[in-house]
Amino acid sequence: MPIEVNGKTYETDEEGYLANLNDWNEDLAKAMAEADGTTLDENHWEVINFLREYYEEYQIAPAVRVLTKAIGKKLGADKGNSKYLYELFPYGPAKQACKYAGLPKPTGCV
Amino acid sequence: MADFETPEVKEYLEIPALKQGVMSHSKPFVSKEQFQEPLGFPGELVENWQQVAVDKLGELLKTNRGLRVFMDSCVKCGACTDKCHYFLGTSDPRNMPVARQDLLRGVYRRYHTLPGKLFPKLVGAMDLTEEVLDQWYSYFHQCSECRRCSVYCPYGIDTAEVTMATRDIMNAVGKGQKYSNEIIGKAFKIGNNLGLPEHALADTLEGLEEEVKEDTGVDVRYPLDEKGAEVLLVTPSADFFAEPHVDGLIGYGKVFHQAGISWTLSSHASEAANFGVFIGSMENMKRIAMRIREAALDLGVKRIVFGECGHAWRVAYSFLNTLAGPFDFLDPRYPVPQHICEVTYDLIQRGALTLDKSANDHRRVTFHDSCNVARASRMGDIPGGQFVIPREIIKAVCNHYYDMAPDTIGEATYCCGGGGGLLTDDLMELRVKGALPRMQALREVTEENGVTHLAAICAICKSQFSKVLPYYGFQMDQIVSVHQLVSDAIVMAPRQ
Repeated sequence: MPIEVNGKTYETDEEGYLANLNDWNEDLAKAMAEADGTTLDENHWEVINFLREYYEEYQIAPAVRVLTKAIGKKLGADKGNSKYLYELFPYGPAKQACKYAGLPKPTGCV
Repeated sequence: MADFETPEVKEYLEIPALKQGVMSHSKPFVSKEQFQEPLGFPGELVENWQQVAVDKLGELLKTNRGLRVFMDSCVKCGACTDKCHYFLGTSDPRNMPVARQDLLRGVYRRYHTLPGKLFPKLVGAMDLTEEVLDQWYSYFHQCSECRRCSVYCPYGIDTAEVTMATRDIMNAVGKGQKYSNEIIGKAFKIGNNLGLPEHALADTLEGLEEEVKEDTGVDVRYPLDEKGAEVLLVTPSADFFAEPHVDGLIGYGKVFHQAGISWTLSSHASEAANFGVFIGSMENMKRIAMRIREAALDLGVKRIVFGECGHAWRVAYSFLNTLAGPFDFLDPRYPVPQHICEVTYDLIQRGALTLDKSANDHRRVTFHDSCNVARASRMGDIPGGQFVIPREIIKAVCNHYYDMAPDTIGEATYCCGGGGGLLTDDLMELRVKGALPRMQALREVTEENGVTHLAAICAICKSQFSKVLPYYGFQMDQIVSVHQLVSDAIVMAPRQ
């Protein structure tokens, strides 16, 4: 099911994850979030931007402890935990945040 | 997100009134060419698929004599009918193990038995039509290969084998399941199910070392690819990535550290899971298993230890030697392979670990026996060791331990609802409904004994429970790793 933003059509997989990482832009992330009933604020963006940076370096989304540590450093120690991340991304930071960041969905026993 | 109702947890687990075909819509995403090819399967449904399927079934009947026995010996006694968590949770009579099996059995009779060839209608034989293939795809992805029904079958028919065979046939005709097949491809290409490349793994492990140092003040190592280590630890990649899995991994490291055992992980075999078993593909199972042998030889280790992963332990305990043996280069004084729980239990027995149980006093714990450990393997050297050892570990590190009802644990354990290659979001309805019997048992010990945490030794169980516990009014963090409990209780001292 392709997604349409600003008159452009983007390919996604069955679950709405972007098919091509390079297609990503901020409006696309906003549109994906809106479809889930979420409005992205600056805290969401901290996570999304970190995911994209990490992916660029490692070709995988960060492990949960890598993510919580990085977010704790950026947003304060009280936010460096998965409880906070689940408040931001109720469907799970690994999956929901990856989707908005244009990354593929993590696979395996997770 | 949920467009289905979570089953109601009542006072007792009821055998539901039948709702014919109510789960026939449940189907995982079909695999694509890019995921099929690396496994040696056709990219899409082949033109002469009926013939290919019938031939493949014939081949399996020859190579797996058990399968023919399972096809022939069912007497429709009904003992299995109310034993499946998916039947109990969904009410769909096709999820009675016998009814699900009959989807293959009917085809077997039609093409591989004389009466079925001559008088199909008289013997319940069935033509292999597109509709039947569709039912195969739906219902053989509503079996987690947990084998609870087999415990109650007077003929010992192994339902998991029937499911595996049917999935193998479906892959042979080009109708594979995306979730399992994409993952197997990643294990081949990158070394693990997650697709975690070597430098990301190294970075993650480094982060864990820092975290443990901050928590304990002790330099506990999480080494990768260290030649000459005594132990190669093979663990599910979820242990690197997800919670509560990672807390278990931290625990393994602490145990090795305190025992003074040198160990290493391998980037080549950075995955314990072997999804080849889920899709019934011997070739893929073998290829995945060979990575472990190669890593062990390359690193020159003396022992292979498996982390907390249910089906990996089944494959390791029951098949590893056949798939990737002989392991005559390992130290014969230790079991080949060994489970991390055996290692920890042994150390506890010898008084080699200092444990402060009170560290877990904020938890009242019960243990979920994972199906593949419970019904397809063993631990230690006594019958039922796979039930005793994890519980003895928990009791050594926790003051408050309570078992769930006896008909829901041990060899009668209920599947978490996400095993056997079904731990995928496209099967969420099935996963939630299939968790009902376990949630029922958990509710009971919660009410009667004030249990707060469910401990498990399987990555799938842990992820499945994190996801489904909230549907039943529990918290997602009530599921913990057994070695997370060990990790919290183990008294760390800087090594002299």
